[in-house]
Amino acid sequence: MLEVTGLKKIYETTGREAVGDLTFQLDAGELACVVGPSGCGKTTLLRCIAGLLAPTAGTIRVAGRPVTGPPDDMAVVFQEYGRSLFPWMTVQQNVELPLKEKKLPKARRAELIAESLVAVGLDDVPRSYPWQLSGGMQQRVAIARALAYEPQVLLMDEPFAAVDAQTRAELEDLVLRIWQRLGTTTLFITHDIDEAIYLGRRVIVLSSSPTVVVEDIKVDLPPERDQLTTRALHRFTELRGHVYAQIQRAKDAR
Amino acid sequence: MTVIEDAPAPGAGRRASGAKGFGRTLLRVLGLPVLLIAGWWVFSVWSESFYVPTPPRIAQAFAETWFSRRLFDDALPSVARLLAGYALATVLGVGLGVPIGLSVRLRAAAEPVLEFFRAIPPPVLVPLIMLLAGIDNGMKILVIVSGCVWPILLNTVEGVRALDEMLSDTCRVYGVRGWSRLRHLVLRGASPQIMAGLRQALSIGIILMVISEMFASSSGLGFTIVLFQRGFAIPEMWSGILLLGLLGFGLSMLFRMLERRVLSWHWSHRA
Amino acid sequence: MTASRGSRTGRSGSVMTRSAKLGHGLAGLACLLAVMEAVPRLGVVDPRFLPPASEILGALAAEVRTAALWTALGETIGGWALGLAIAFLTAVLIGVVIEVVPGLRAASHSTIEFLRPIPSVALIPLATLLFGASLGSTLLLVVYAAFWQVLIQVMYGVADVDTVADDTARSYGLSRWSRIRYVVWPTALPYIMTGLRLAAAVAFILTITAELVIGSPGLGLEIQLAQSSGAVATMYALVVLAGLIGIVVNLAVRMLERRVLAWHPSVRGEVTS
Repeated sequence: MLEVTGLKKIYETTGREAVGDLTFQLDAGELACVVGPSGCGKTTLLRCIAGLLAPTAGTIRVAGRPVTGPPDDMAVVFQEYGRSLFPWMTVQQNVELPLKEKKLPKARRAELIAESLVAVGLDDVPRSYPWQLSGGMQQRVAIARALAYEPQVLLMDEPFAAVDAQTRAELEDLVLRIWQRLGTTTLFITHDIDEAIYLGRRVIVLSSSPTVVVEDIKVDLPPERDQLTTRALHRFTELRGHVYAQIQRAKDAR
Repeated sequence: MTVIEDAPAPGAGRRASGAKGFGRTLLRVLGLPVLLIAGWWVFSVWSESFYVPTPPRIAQAFAETWFSRRLFDDALPSVARLLAGYALATVLGVGLGVPIGLSVRLRAAAEPVLEFFRAIPPPVLVPLIMLLAGIDNGMKILVIVSGCVWPILLNTVEGVRALDEMLSDTCRVYGVRGWSRLRHLVLRGASPQIMAGLRQALSIGIILMVISEMFASSSGLGFTIVLFQRGFAIPEMWSGILLLGLLGFGLSMLFRMLERRVLSWHWSHRA
Repeated sequence: MTASRGSRTGRSGSVMTRSAKLGHGLAGLACLLAVMEAVPRLGVVDPRFLPPASEILGALAAEVRTAALWTALGETIGGWALGLAIAFLTAVLIGVVIEVVPGLRAASHSTIEFLRPIPSVALIPLATLLFGASLGSTLLLVVYAAFWQVLIQVMYGVADVDTVADDTARSYGLSRWSRIRYVVWPTALPYIMTGLRLAAAVAFILTITAELVIGSPGLGLEIQLAQSSGAVATMYALVVLAGLIGIVVNLAVRMLERRVLAWHPSVRGEVTS
């Protein structure tokens, strides 16, 4: 569903090589997490996949079609919810805008908005403005907007880095529930190892920039995840230690 | 102006230089102006209008008119009056604005009065102050002060009022008070607003400089330009307009340099 | 100059009830009136040059009852509004075009930076020559002065589009026109309103200036006539009136700003100038 082949990105202005030679792929319905040391070009990778940044070399394919601009069947949830939600639009308008752009009929739009707001547990505030909501609720709106778009691939760029720990746990479970129900192919970028293992069926560990894939780990935890029991599993701790060591090695290798 | 001159200036110059791009830069900077002047030239030759002299004729008039005694008799005294009035207004505006901004009661009492004074269009003060102070240098400076002081004063009040509470508390905790608090917290914290006020005041000051001389005077830039216009000395009139333009441009450049120095922390902090 | 974005930090000591604030404000005004009354009466300033406040207000009351004043007022407001409207529309149009067409911003930068600080009063002799004492003169000065205020703000505003907001719009496949309509325009709107507010104030100053100096019909001319005919109290009354109109102009633009920008942080908290 999502294929990244030999991706390389050198910023022309600074000459900095952000992404070295990156290859991985996601099958349809997979949920994979990408972790790496801070400043490892995660954001560059995301912007390339989202079609917002042209790679220097390599190709990205979504559902078989090469990415040249933002693909039609992909939705992105950014870390900065405060800047990604339009403050001059209500919650409902924010969710509706991309649907309008897709030229969906009004009735269908209303249906999608209602469904997605229910899915994120925000069906009671459609007329509020984003800035009237808490950070966690704002990020839920951004997720609802992504869901209503009915994407084949969902990209999430450290979506919970800016919310508090409790909200973060709730939102992680929300993402899992939605993914289990809809089976959308999801690429979740994070710097938090625990989060990556808790959410992902696969964890892709990146090196420092210029970024390459250090290891692609299959997470062999039971499919039903739970904040308390999953995180208490011995295997969870093992995986965490392993990924942590990989990242440390990736850092020191430079 | 004087109270905030010790600003640290961490070179915020972010000019991307490159010899190969020089030609392109030159084209970008001079392209449109050259086109516009050429357009003017063509128009003035084509229309042969009495009111639209050719650029060389204006340049000649400019040199003849302003590189002469007029520079010392008319232009420089005008600028000196402007700067004197502006400096006085700054001292007055900041000096009064700080206590008013710091006191809730004083502010509540003074605000409607100040808003009223600011709302009076400054040019109407010219006939009024002429009546009170006669027709001399003092009157012209007074006119400039009376117009410039309001934006400075009101912006200072606003800037002092909106000081960051966190910084205020920090100063309290560490026992920073008195003169040091005024200098390091109040004036620095309010300086973005104060500079905004000073910028508004500068353009008002130039307006008043010109008008006060047009109204009742026998010298000065404003007077001279009106004299040319009444005498239908058209190229000379244009040269006067050009000089005023250059003056406005030069002062605004100077102001920008000052602002960059004083507020460098502000821009990098927000970036 | 620029409309600030993001949350404002808390302000110190603005704990005062509305009525207390009003009370203080009225007391302040009363003080001003008392001083204005006392200074000439006590002979500090010759009452021929500064009549007592009561006399000024009396003259104002008398003036308000004359038809000539209302005609002059109409002319002033008309010139102001027309000039402001012309300047606003052309500036928004040109500003958006400059920002949207690639390369135009860079090419026009030097010209704009040079033309902008030219004081519009420099055009007074030209206006006199071209239009004489008429509405045309007023419009020339007003439009020139107000145009730059709006243009600069439009350009700031369009350049201030948030990168994440723009990424979001692009990643959801919004077309160029949709991005202008849903992202660029709302982003620029607070700046444009700031520009309108600044332009409205400048336009009013220049309207009065044109009337006062060139003699175009309106309130400024009335002030000039009152001064030259020695009707001192009337002159003061008209100056007060000009101040009051200035306040009304300010309030009107701010109300408009509030309505248009209900979602904007600066309005959500408190409007500052």
